[in-house]
Amino acid sequence: MFEIFGIPSQALFGQLLLGLINGSFYALLSLGLAVIFGMLNVINFTHGAQYMMGAFAAYLLLQHAGIGYWPALVIAPLLIGATGVVIERLFLRRLRKLDPLYGLMLTFGLALVIEGLFRNVYGSSGLPYQVPESLEGGRNLGFMFLPNYRAWVIVLSLAVCLATWYGIERTRLGSYLRAATENPVLVRAFGINVPRMVTLTYGFGVALAALAGVMAAPIYNVSPQMGSDLIIVVFAVVVIGGMGSIMGAIVTGFALGVVEGLTKVFFPEASNTVIFVIMAIVLLVRPAGLFGRTG
Amino acid sequence: MPEAPALLAVKELEAWYGESHVLHGVTLDVRTGEVVTLLGRNGVGKTTTLKAVMGIIESRTGSVRFEGKELIRLSSDAIARSGIAFCPEERGIFSSLDVKENLLLPRQVRPGGLDLDRIFALFPNLRERLNSQGTKLSGGEQQMLAIGRILRTGARLLLLDEPTEGLAPVIVEQIGRTIGALKAQGFTILLVEQNFQFAAALADRYYVMEHGRIIDHFAAADLKASTEKLHDYLGV
Repeated sequence: MFEIFGIPSQALFGQLLLGLINGSFYALLSLGLAVIFGMLNVINFTHGAQYMMGAFAAYLLLQHAGIGYWPALVIAPLLIGATGVVIERLFLRRLRKLDPLYGLMLTFGLALVIEGLFRNVYGSSGLPYQVPESLEGGRNLGFMFLPNYRAWVIVLSLAVCLATWYGIERTRLGSYLRAATENPVLVRAFGINVPRMVTLTYGFGVALAALAGVMAAPIYNVSPQMGSDLIIVVFAVVVIGGMGSIMGAIVTGFALGVVEGLTKVFFPEASNTVIFVIMAIVLLVRPAGLFGRTG
Repeated sequence: MPEAPALLAVKELEAWYGESHVLHGVTLDVRTGEVVTLLGRNGVGKTTTLKAVMGIIESRTGSVRFEGKELIRLSSDAIARSGIAFCPEERGIFSSLDVKENLLLPRQVRPGGLDLDRIFALFPNLRERLNSQGTKLSGGEQQMLAIGRILRTGARLLLLDEPTEGLAPVIVEQIGRTIGALKAQGFTILLVEQNFQFAAALADRYYVMEHGRIIDHFAAADLKASTEKLHDYLGV
Protein backbone atom coordinates (compact mmCIF):
# COMPACT_ATOMS: atom_id res chain seq x y z
CA MET A 1 0.00 0.00 0.00
CA PHE A 2 1.26 3.47 -0.85
CA GLU A 3 -0.01 6.94 -0.13
CA ILE A 4 -1.02 9.89 -2.33
CA PHE A 5 -1.24 13.30 -0.65
CA GLY A 6 -1.26 11.45 2.64
CA ILE A 7 -4.24 9.36 1.60
CA PRO A 8 -3.89 5.56 1.39
CA SER A 9 -4.15 4.52 -2.24
CA GLN A 10 -6.82 1.93 -1.42
CA ALA A 11 -9.11 4.63 -0.09
CA LEU A 12 -8.38 6.99 -2.96
CA PHE A 13 -8.98 4.47 -5.72
CA GLY A 14 -11.92 3.01 -3.87
CA GLN A 15 -13.62 6.41 -3.81
CA LEU A 16 -12.63 7.09 -7.41
CA LEU A 17 -14.33 3.84 -8.41
CA LEU A 18 -17.39 4.71 -6.37
CA GLY A 19 -17.38 8.10 -8.06
CA LEU A 20 -17.23 6.52 -11.49
CA ILE A 21 -20.13 4.19 -10.58
CA ASN A 22 -22.25 7.11 -9.40
CA GLY A 23 -21.08 9.03 -12.45
CA SER A 24 -22.29 6.18 -14.68
CA PHE A 25 -25.79 6.62 -13.30
CA TYR A 26 -25.62 10.41 -13.37
CA ALA A 27 -24.56 10.24 -17.02
CA LEU A 28 -27.25 7.78 -18.11
CA LEU A 29 -29.99 9.64 -16.28
CA SER A 30 -28.98 13.14 -17.30
CA LEU A 31 -28.55 11.91 -20.88
CA GLY A 32 -32.18 10.73 -20.86
CA LEU A 33 -33.28 14.05 -19.41
CA ALA A 34 -31.29 15.95 -22.03
CA VAL A 35 -32.75 13.92 -24.90
CA ILE A 36 -36.28 14.45 -23.60
CA PHE A 37 -35.77 18.13 -22.88
CA GLY A 38 -34.29 18.76 -26.33
CA MET A 39 -37.24 17.29 -28.16
CA LEU A 40 -40.20 17.92 -25.85
CA ASN A 41 -39.04 20.97 -23.94
CA VAL A 42 -40.25 19.14 -20.86
CA ILE A 43 -38.18 18.73 -17.71
CA ASN A 44 -39.09 15.14 -16.98
CA PHE A 45 -39.53 15.00 -13.23
CA THR A 46 -40.83 11.44 -13.56
CA HIS A 47 -37.31 10.37 -14.52
CA GLY A 48 -36.36 9.17 -11.04
CA ALA A 49 -39.57 7.19 -10.72
CA GLN A 50 -38.93 5.64 -14.12
CA TYR A 51 -35.43 4.65 -13.03
CA MET A 52 -36.98 3.05 -9.95
CA MET A 53 -39.56 1.29 -12.15
CA GLY A 54 -36.71 -0.16 -14.19
CA ALA A 55 -35.17 -1.64 -11.06
CA PHE A 56 -38.53 -2.98 -9.94
CA ALA A 57 -39.19 -4.42 -13.37
CA ALA A 58 -35.96 -6.40 -13.08
CA TYR A 59 -36.89 -7.51 -9.56
CA LEU A 60 -40.43 -8.54 -10.53
CA LEU A 61 -39.32 -10.30 -13.69
CA LEU A 62 -37.02 -12.42 -11.55
CA GLN A 63 -39.53 -13.06 -8.76
CA HIS A 64 -42.56 -13.86 -10.89
CA ALA A 65 -41.24 -15.04 -14.21
CA GLY A 66 -37.81 -16.35 -13.34
CA ILE A 67 -36.31 -13.97 -15.89
CA GLY A 68 -32.76 -13.11 -14.84
CA TYR A 69 -30.54 -10.07 -15.09
CA TRP A 70 -29.37 -10.36 -18.68
CA PRO A 71 -32.79 -10.60 -20.36
CA ALA A 72 -34.10 -8.00 -17.89
CA LEU A 73 -31.45 -5.61 -19.14
CA VAL A 74 -33.37 -5.55 -22.42
CA ILE A 75 -36.94 -6.32 -21.35
CA ALA A 76 -37.24 -3.84 -18.49
CA PRO A 77 -36.25 -0.77 -20.57
CA LEU A 78 -38.66 -1.89 -23.31
CA LEU A 79 -41.53 -2.30 -20.82
CA ILE A 80 -40.90 0.95 -18.97
CA GLY A 81 -40.18 2.75 -22.26
CA ALA A 82 -43.61 1.59 -23.42
CA THR A 83 -45.21 3.14 -20.34
CA GLY A 84 -43.38 6.32 -21.33
CA VAL A 85 -44.96 6.15 -24.78
CA VAL A 86 -48.38 5.87 -23.11
CA ILE A 87 -47.66 8.84 -20.82
CA GLU A 88 -46.60 10.97 -23.79
CA ARG A 89 -49.66 10.00 -25.81
CA LEU A 90 -52.13 10.41 -22.97
CA PHE A 91 -50.78 13.46 -21.17
CA LEU A 92 -47.69 15.24 -22.42
CA ARG A 93 -48.99 15.63 -25.96
CA ARG A 94 -51.91 17.67 -24.67
CA LEU A 95 -49.54 20.06 -22.92
CA ARG A 96 -47.35 20.76 -25.91
CA LYS A 97 -48.81 24.14 -26.71
CA LEU A 98 -48.88 25.29 -23.09
CA ASP A 99 -46.21 26.77 -20.87
CA PRO A 100 -43.45 24.19 -20.13
CA LEU A 101 -44.32 24.60 -16.45
CA TYR A 102 -47.38 22.43 -17.03
CA GLY A 103 -45.20 19.57 -18.26
CA LEU A 104 -43.01 19.99 -15.20
CA MET A 105 -46.01 19.91 -12.86
CA LEU A 106 -47.48 16.91 -14.62
CA THR A 107 -44.31 14.84 -14.53
CA PHE A 108 -43.67 15.85 -10.93
CA GLY A 109 -47.16 14.75 -9.96
CA LEU A 110 -46.78 11.50 -11.85
CA ALA A 111 -43.55 10.79 -9.99
CA LEU A 112 -45.31 11.25 -6.64
CA VAL A 113 -48.19 9.01 -7.70
CA ILE A 114 -45.93 6.27 -9.03
CA GLU A 115 -43.64 6.30 -6.01
CA GLY A 116 -46.65 6.31 -3.68
CA LEU A 117 -48.13 3.30 -5.42
CA PHE A 118 -44.89 1.34 -5.18
CA ARG A 119 -44.47 2.27 -1.52
CA ASN A 120 -47.99 1.06 -0.80
CA VAL A 121 -47.37 -2.30 -2.38
CA TYR A 122 -43.73 -2.94 -1.56
CA GLY A 123 -43.07 -0.84 1.53
CA SER A 124 -40.08 1.40 1.82
CA SER A 125 -37.45 -1.07 2.96
CA GLY A 126 -35.22 -2.18 0.12
CA LEU A 127 -35.57 -5.45 -1.71
CA PRO A 128 -32.39 -7.37 -2.55
CA TYR A 129 -31.35 -8.19 -6.12
CA GLN A 130 -28.38 -10.44 -6.69
CA VAL A 131 -25.41 -9.65 -8.87
CA PRO A 132 -25.61 -12.01 -11.87
CA GLU A 133 -23.49 -15.10 -11.35
CA SER A 134 -21.18 -14.44 -14.27
CA LEU A 135 -20.20 -11.07 -12.78
CA GLU A 136 -19.72 -12.16 -9.18
CA GLY A 137 -16.38 -11.64 -7.53
CA GLY A 138 -13.74 -9.26 -8.70
CA ARG A 139 -10.09 -8.89 -9.43
CA ASN A 140 -7.16 -7.51 -7.56
CA LEU A 141 -5.53 -4.78 -9.63
CA GLY A 142 -2.60 -4.54 -7.25
CA PHE A 143 -3.49 -1.05 -6.08
CA MET A 144 -7.14 -1.87 -5.43
CA PHE A 145 -9.84 -4.53 -5.57
CA LEU A 146 -12.23 -4.10 -8.51
CA PRO A 147 -15.59 -5.89 -8.25
CA ASN A 148 -16.54 -7.27 -11.67
CA TYR A 149 -20.09 -6.02 -11.56
CA ARG A 150 -19.01 -2.46 -10.91
CA ALA A 151 -16.56 -2.56 -13.78
CA TRP A 152 -19.37 -3.82 -15.99
CA VAL A 153 -21.67 -0.96 -14.94
CA ILE A 154 -19.07 1.63 -15.89
CA VAL A 155 -18.32 -0.01 -19.23
CA LEU A 156 -21.98 -0.52 -20.15
CA SER A 157 -22.96 3.01 -19.14
CA LEU A 158 -20.12 4.47 -21.16
CA ALA A 159 -21.02 2.31 -24.17
CA VAL A 160 -24.71 3.21 -24.04
CA CYS A 161 -23.94 6.90 -23.60
CA LEU A 162 -21.52 6.98 -26.53
CA ALA A 163 -23.87 4.96 -28.74
CA THR A 164 -26.66 7.41 -27.97
CA TRP A 165 -24.39 10.34 -28.71
CA TYR A 166 -23.35 8.74 -32.00
CA GLY A 167 -26.94 7.97 -32.94
CA ILE A 168 -28.03 11.55 -32.37
CA GLU A 169 -25.00 13.44 -33.68
CA ARG A 170 -23.80 11.24 -36.53
CA THR A 171 -26.69 9.36 -38.13
CA ARG A 172 -29.48 10.22 -40.53
CA LEU A 173 -32.17 9.50 -37.95
CA GLY A 174 -30.25 11.66 -35.50
CA SER A 175 -30.26 14.53 -37.98
CA TYR A 176 -34.08 14.37 -38.03
CA LEU A 177 -34.01 14.56 -34.26
CA ARG A 178 -31.65 17.53 -34.19
CA ALA A 179 -33.64 19.32 -36.86
CA ALA A 180 -36.93 18.70 -35.06
CA THR A 181 -35.39 20.04 -31.86
CA GLU A 182 -34.53 23.22 -33.73
CA ASN A 183 -37.66 23.77 -35.82
CA PRO A 184 -40.34 21.09 -35.47
CA VAL A 185 -42.85 22.95 -37.62
CA LEU A 186 -40.60 23.03 -40.66
CA VAL A 187 -39.42 19.44 -40.20
CA ARG A 188 -43.06 18.43 -40.22
CA ALA A 189 -43.65 20.40 -43.41
CA PHE A 190 -40.86 18.30 -44.93
CA GLY A 191 -43.05 15.24 -44.61
CA ILE A 192 -41.66 13.86 -41.36
CA ASN A 193 -44.10 12.68 -38.72
CA VAL A 194 -42.76 14.81 -35.87
CA PRO A 195 -45.42 13.89 -33.28
CA ARG A 196 -44.47 10.23 -33.63
CA MET A 197 -40.80 11.15 -33.26
CA VAL A 198 -41.61 13.07 -30.09
CA THR A 199 -43.44 10.07 -28.66
CA LEU A 200 -40.59 7.69 -29.47
CA THR A 201 -38.01 10.13 -28.11
CA TYR A 202 -39.80 10.28 -24.80
CA GLY A 203 -40.05 6.50 -24.78
CA PHE A 204 -36.32 6.27 -25.48
CA GLY A 205 -35.38 8.70 -22.72
CA VAL A 206 -37.55 6.76 -20.28
CA ALA A 207 -35.99 3.49 -21.44
CA LEU A 208 -32.55 4.92 -20.64
CA ALA A 209 -33.74 5.69 -17.11
CA ALA A 210 -35.13 2.16 -16.78
CA LEU A 211 -31.87 0.68 -18.04
CA ALA A 212 -30.02 2.62 -15.36
CA GLY A 213 -32.51 1.22 -12.86
CA VAL A 214 -31.79 -2.37 -13.87
CA MET A 215 -28.06 -1.71 -13.67
CA ALA A 216 -28.50 -0.19 -10.22
CA ALA A 217 -30.61 -3.02 -8.82
CA PRO A 218 -27.67 -5.27 -7.78
CA ILE A 219 -25.69 -2.34 -6.34
CA TYR A 220 -28.30 -0.44 -4.35
CA ASN A 221 -31.40 -2.00 -2.90
CA VAL A 222 -34.52 -1.96 -5.04
CA SER A 223 -36.78 0.48 -3.24
CA PRO A 224 -39.56 2.94 -4.13
CA GLN A 225 -37.56 6.00 -3.13
CA MET A 226 -34.30 5.02 -4.85
CA GLY A 227 -35.17 7.35 -7.72
CA SER A 228 -36.10 10.43 -5.74
CA ASP A 229 -32.84 10.21 -3.78
CA LEU A 230 -30.79 10.15 -6.94
CA ILE A 231 -32.75 12.44 -9.22
CA ILE A 232 -32.12 15.60 -7.22
CA VAL A 233 -28.39 15.18 -7.82
CA VAL A 234 -29.04 14.35 -11.47
CA PHE A 235 -30.97 17.57 -11.96
CA ALA A 236 -28.01 19.44 -10.52
CA VAL A 237 -25.78 17.57 -13.00
CA VAL A 238 -28.07 18.60 -15.84
CA VAL A 239 -28.01 22.23 -14.75
CA ILE A 240 -24.22 22.15 -14.60
CA GLY A 241 -23.85 20.46 -17.99
CA GLY A 242 -26.46 22.58 -19.71
CA MET A 243 -29.97 21.45 -20.62
CA GLY A 244 -30.28 19.73 -23.95
CA SER A 245 -26.59 19.10 -24.66
CA ILE A 246 -25.98 15.40 -25.28
CA MET A 247 -22.22 15.29 -24.85
CA GLY A 248 -22.52 17.79 -22.02
CA ALA A 249 -24.80 15.45 -20.10
CA ILE A 250 -22.42 12.51 -20.52
CA VAL A 251 -19.18 14.30 -19.66
CA THR A 252 -20.70 16.20 -16.75
CA GLY A 253 -22.30 13.05 -15.38
CA PHE A 254 -19.05 11.12 -15.19
CA ALA A 255 -16.97 14.11 -14.14
CA LEU A 256 -19.22 15.05 -11.25
CA GLY A 257 -19.34 11.46 -10.05
CA VAL A 258 -15.54 11.53 -9.86
CA VAL A 259 -15.49 14.96 -8.21
CA GLU A 260 -17.93 13.71 -5.61
CA GLY A 261 -15.79 10.61 -4.99
CA LEU A 262 -12.64 12.68 -4.57
CA THR A 263 -14.40 15.03 -2.19
CA LYS A 264 -15.25 12.02 -0.04
CA VAL A 265 -11.53 11.33 0.27
CA PHE A 266 -10.18 14.80 0.83
CA PHE A 267 -13.01 16.62 2.54
CA PRO A 268 -15.73 14.08 3.45
CA GLU A 269 -17.94 16.68 5.14
CA ALA A 270 -18.60 18.35 1.79
CA SER A 271 -19.24 15.22 -0.27
CA ASN A 272 -23.02 15.53 -0.11
CA THR A 273 -23.06 19.16 -1.10
CA VAL A 274 -20.16 19.55 -3.49
CA ILE A 275 -22.32 19.05 -6.59
CA PHE A 276 -24.77 21.69 -5.44
CA VAL A 277 -21.96 24.11 -4.68
CA ILE A 278 -20.63 23.57 -8.20
CA MET A 279 -24.14 24.07 -9.53
CA ALA A 280 -24.45 27.39 -7.73
CA ILE A 281 -21.10 28.56 -9.11
CA VAL A 282 -21.95 27.47 -12.65
CA LEU A 283 -25.30 29.21 -12.45
CA LEU A 284 -23.54 32.41 -11.45
CA VAL A 285 -20.81 32.24 -14.07
CA ARG A 286 -22.47 30.42 -16.96
CA PRO A 287 -26.24 30.24 -16.47
CA ALA A 288 -26.70 28.14 -19.63
CA GLY A 289 -24.44 25.43 -18.21
CA LEU A 290 -20.93 24.36 -19.14
CA PHE A 291 -21.99 22.85 -22.48
CA GLY A 292 -25.24 24.73 -23.01
CA ARG A 293 -25.85 27.07 -25.89
CA THR A 294 -26.89 30.49 -24.85
CA GLY A 295 -29.84 32.15 -26.50
CA MET B 1 -55.98 27.51 -75.49
CA PRO B 2 -57.94 24.82 -73.60
CA GLU B 3 -57.86 25.18 -69.81
CA ALA B 4 -55.64 22.59 -68.21
CA PRO B 5 -57.13 21.18 -65.00
CA ALA B 6 -55.75 22.87 -61.87
CA LEU B 7 -52.97 21.01 -60.11
CA LEU B 8 -53.67 23.07 -57.01
CA ALA B 9 -57.15 24.50 -56.45
CA VAL B 10 -57.62 26.71 -53.40
CA LYS B 11 -61.20 27.75 -52.64
CA GLU B 12 -62.53 30.10 -49.96
CA LEU B 13 -59.48 29.53 -47.79
CA GLU B 14 -59.80 31.16 -44.38
CA ALA B 15 -57.06 31.05 -41.76
CA TRP B 16 -56.47 32.26 -38.23
CA TYR B 17 -53.41 33.09 -36.16
CA GLY B 18 -54.84 32.47 -32.72
CA GLU B 19 -57.77 34.87 -32.45
CA SER B 20 -56.90 36.99 -35.43
CA HIS B 21 -58.56 36.13 -38.70
CA VAL B 22 -55.90 36.59 -41.38
CA LEU B 23 -57.19 35.00 -44.58
CA HIS B 24 -60.68 35.87 -45.76
CA GLY B 25 -61.65 33.45 -48.49
CA VAL B 26 -58.63 33.14 -50.75
CA THR B 27 -59.41 31.45 -54.04
CA LEU B 28 -56.75 30.69 -56.60
CA ASP B 29 -55.52 27.89 -58.77
CA VAL B 30 -52.24 26.76 -60.21
CA ARG B 31 -52.09 24.57 -63.30
CA THR B 32 -49.49 21.98 -64.05
CA GLY B 33 -46.25 23.50 -65.31
CA GLU B 34 -47.15 27.07 -64.42
CA VAL B 35 -45.28 29.62 -62.38
CA VAL B 36 -47.89 31.62 -60.50
CA THR B 37 -46.90 34.61 -58.40
CA LEU B 38 -48.70 36.09 -55.42
CA LEU B 39 -48.16 39.84 -55.26
CA GLY B 40 -49.08 42.34 -52.61
CA ARG B 41 -47.67 44.57 -49.95
CA ASN B 42 -46.16 43.37 -46.73
CA GLY B 43 -48.58 41.75 -44.35
CA VAL B 44 -51.45 41.13 -46.77
CA GLY B 45 -51.42 37.36 -46.30
CA LYS B 46 -49.15 36.00 -49.04
CA THR B 47 -46.92 33.98 -46.75
CA THR B 48 -49.96 32.99 -44.72
CA THR B 49 -51.58 31.64 -47.86
CA LEU B 50 -48.60 29.39 -48.54
CA LYS B 51 -48.50 28.26 -44.92
CA ALA B 52 -52.22 27.55 -44.87
CA VAL B 53 -51.96 25.51 -48.08
CA MET B 54 -49.07 23.61 -46.51
CA GLY B 55 -50.98 22.98 -43.28
CA ILE B 56 -48.38 24.82 -41.22
CA ILE B 57 -51.20 27.07 -40.06
CA GLU B 58 -53.57 24.52 -38.63
CA SER B 59 -56.66 26.61 -37.98
CA ARG B 60 -58.01 27.00 -41.47
CA THR B 61 -61.20 26.26 -43.36
CA GLY B 62 -62.21 26.13 -47.00
CA SER B 63 -60.80 23.81 -49.58
CA VAL B 64 -57.30 23.02 -50.82
CA ARG B 65 -57.30 20.41 -53.54
CA PHE B 66 -54.10 19.00 -54.94
CA GLU B 67 -54.41 16.63 -57.89
CA GLY B 68 -58.09 16.49 -57.02
CA LYS B 69 -57.45 15.33 -53.45
CA GLU B 70 -58.73 17.42 -50.53
CA LEU B 71 -55.92 18.45 -48.15
CA ILE B 72 -57.66 20.81 -45.78
CA ARG B 73 -57.99 18.30 -42.97
CA LEU B 74 -54.49 16.83 -43.31
CA SER B 75 -51.50 17.65 -41.11
CA SER B 76 -48.54 19.35 -42.73
CA ASP B 77 -46.44 16.18 -42.83
CA ALA B 78 -49.23 14.37 -44.68
CA ILE B 79 -49.60 17.33 -47.07
CA ALA B 80 -45.86 17.21 -47.79
CA ARG B 81 -46.10 13.50 -48.44
CA SER B 82 -48.91 14.03 -50.92
CA GLY B 83 -46.40 15.87 -53.11
CA ILE B 84 -46.04 19.56 -52.20
CA ALA B 85 -42.77 21.08 -51.02
CA PHE B 86 -42.34 24.35 -49.18
CA CYS B 87 -39.38 26.70 -49.02
CA PRO B 88 -39.91 29.22 -46.21
CA GLU B 89 -39.07 32.91 -46.35
CA GLU B 90 -36.59 32.61 -43.48
CA ARG B 91 -35.03 29.68 -45.39
CA GLY B 92 -35.10 27.39 -42.40
CA ILE B 93 -31.53 26.12 -42.61
CA PHE B 94 -30.76 24.00 -39.57
CA SER B 95 -27.71 25.11 -37.63
CA SER B 96 -27.25 21.76 -35.91
CA LEU B 97 -27.07 20.02 -39.29
CA ASP B 98 -24.31 20.22 -41.85
CA VAL B 99 -25.09 21.08 -45.45
CA LYS B 100 -25.40 17.47 -46.51
CA GLU B 101 -27.76 16.65 -43.64
CA ASN B 102 -29.80 19.71 -44.52
CA LEU B 103 -30.01 18.50 -48.11
CA LEU B 104 -31.06 15.02 -47.09
CA LEU B 105 -33.58 16.08 -44.46
CA PRO B 106 -36.84 16.50 -46.42
CA ARG B 107 -38.46 13.16 -47.01
CA GLN B 108 -38.59 11.74 -50.51
CA VAL B 109 -42.29 11.60 -51.19
CA ARG B 110 -42.28 10.42 -54.77
CA PRO B 111 -39.87 8.89 -57.21
CA GLY B 112 -38.33 11.23 -59.75
CA GLY B 113 -36.79 13.85 -57.45
CA LEU B 114 -33.47 15.35 -58.45
CA ASP B 115 -30.45 13.44 -57.23
CA LEU B 116 -27.61 15.24 -55.51
CA ASP B 117 -25.57 15.53 -58.72
CA ARG B 118 -28.37 17.34 -60.49
CA ILE B 119 -28.85 19.61 -57.51
CA PHE B 120 -25.13 20.42 -57.56
CA ALA B 121 -25.42 21.13 -61.29
CA LEU B 122 -27.96 23.82 -60.41
CA PHE B 123 -26.06 25.05 -57.36
CA PRO B 124 -22.34 24.24 -57.74
CA ASN B 125 -21.45 26.11 -54.53
CA LEU B 126 -23.20 23.53 -52.42
CA ARG B 127 -20.91 20.71 -53.47
CA GLU B 128 -17.87 22.35 -51.90
CA ARG B 129 -19.67 23.18 -48.68
CA LEU B 130 -21.20 19.76 -47.94
CA ASN B 131 -19.54 19.39 -44.55
CA SER B 132 -20.02 22.97 -43.39
CA GLN B 133 -22.54 23.80 -40.73
CA GLY B 134 -25.76 24.81 -42.50
CA THR B 135 -25.90 28.30 -41.10
CA LYS B 136 -22.23 29.04 -41.86
CA LEU B 137 -23.14 29.49 -45.52
CA SER B 138 -23.64 32.93 -47.03
CA GLY B 139 -27.20 34.16 -47.44
CA GLY B 140 -27.20 33.26 -51.12
CA GLU B 141 -25.83 29.79 -50.48
CA GLN B 142 -28.41 29.24 -47.77
CA GLN B 143 -31.15 30.14 -50.23
CA MET B 144 -29.70 27.70 -52.76
CA LEU B 145 -29.61 25.03 -50.08
CA ALA B 146 -33.18 25.82 -49.09
CA ILE B 147 -34.38 25.41 -52.69
CA GLY B 148 -32.02 22.54 -53.48
CA ARG B 149 -33.16 20.33 -50.66
CA ILE B 150 -36.82 20.38 -51.66
CA LEU B 151 -35.96 19.36 -55.23
CA ARG B 152 -34.83 15.98 -53.95
CA THR B 153 -38.25 15.10 -52.58
CA GLY B 154 -39.94 14.34 -55.88
CA ALA B 155 -42.65 16.90 -55.12
CA ARG B 156 -43.79 18.52 -58.36
CA LEU B 157 -45.42 21.56 -56.78
CA LEU B 158 -43.05 23.97 -55.06
CA LEU B 159 -44.20 26.78 -52.79
CA LEU B 160 -41.41 29.36 -52.71
CA ASP B 161 -41.68 32.21 -50.24
CA GLU B 162 -39.61 35.26 -51.23
CA PRO B 163 -36.58 33.40 -52.55
CA THR B 164 -34.73 36.61 -53.40
CA GLU B 165 -35.20 38.52 -50.17
CA GLY B 166 -32.04 40.18 -48.97
CA LEU B 167 -29.79 38.73 -51.66
CA ALA B 168 -27.23 40.44 -53.89
CA PRO B 169 -28.33 41.11 -57.50
CA VAL B 170 -25.99 38.52 -58.96
CA ILE B 171 -27.43 35.85 -56.66
CA VAL B 172 -30.96 36.98 -57.47
CA GLU B 173 -30.12 36.45 -61.13
CA GLN B 174 -28.85 32.97 -60.42
CA ILE B 175 -31.96 32.07 -58.45
CA GLY B 176 -34.05 33.43 -61.32
CA ARG B 177 -32.22 31.26 -63.85
CA THR B 178 -32.71 28.28 -61.59
CA ILE B 179 -36.44 28.80 -61.24
CA GLY B 180 -36.61 29.15 -65.03
CA ALA B 181 -34.72 25.87 -65.37
CA LEU B 182 -37.04 24.18 -62.90
CA LYS B 183 -40.02 25.38 -64.86
CA ALA B 184 -38.49 23.99 -68.02
CA GLN B 185 -38.10 20.67 -66.22
CA GLY B 186 -41.83 20.63 -65.57
CA PHE B 187 -41.99 21.81 -61.97
CA THR B 188 -45.07 23.79 -61.00
CA ILE B 189 -44.32 26.77 -58.80
CA LEU B 190 -46.39 29.03 -56.59
CA LEU B 191 -44.17 31.98 -55.78
CA VAL B 192 -44.49 34.78 -53.27
CA GLU B 193 -42.30 37.66 -54.32
CA GLN B 194 -41.82 41.32 -53.45
CA ASN B 195 -39.31 41.84 -56.22
CA PHE B 196 -41.68 42.48 -59.10
CA GLN B 197 -38.93 42.66 -61.75
CA PHE B 198 -37.82 39.22 -60.69
CA ALA B 199 -41.32 37.79 -60.78
CA ALA B 200 -42.13 39.41 -64.12
CA ALA B 201 -39.40 37.42 -65.85
CA LEU B 202 -40.78 34.10 -64.63
CA ALA B 203 -44.49 34.16 -63.95
CA ASP B 204 -47.28 32.95 -66.21
CA ARG B 205 -49.98 34.48 -64.05
CA TYR B 206 -50.34 36.79 -61.08
CA TYR B 207 -52.69 37.09 -58.16
CA VAL B 208 -52.75 40.30 -56.18
CA MET B 209 -53.62 40.17 -52.48
CA GLU B 210 -54.81 42.76 -50.02
CA HIS B 211 -56.14 42.35 -46.47
CA GLY B 212 -56.16 38.57 -46.68
CA ARG B 213 -58.08 38.47 -49.96
CA ILE B 214 -57.31 38.06 -53.64
CA ILE B 215 -58.27 41.39 -55.22
CA ASP B 216 -57.06 40.91 -58.77
CA HIS B 217 -55.76 38.35 -61.14
CA PHE B 218 -54.12 38.63 -64.56
CA ALA B 219 -51.97 36.71 -67.01
CA ALA B 220 -48.40 37.62 -67.96
CA ALA B 221 -49.66 38.73 -71.38
CA ASP B 222 -51.79 41.41 -69.72
CA LEU B 223 -48.94 42.67 -67.61
CA LYS B 224 -48.36 45.81 -69.69
CA ALA B 225 -52.03 46.76 -69.59
CA SER B 226 -52.16 46.20 -65.86
CA THR B 227 -49.03 48.12 -64.92
CA GLU B 228 -50.87 51.15 -63.67
CA LYS B 229 -53.27 49.15 -61.52
CA LEU B 230 -50.33 47.23 -60.15
CA HIS B 231 -48.51 50.38 -59.12
CA ASP B 232 -51.62 51.29 -57.23
CA TYR B 233 -51.88 47.93 -55.51
CA LEU B 234 -48.26 47.64 -54.59
CA GLY B 235 -47.63 51.27 -53.91
CA VAL B 236 -44.45 51.32 -56.00
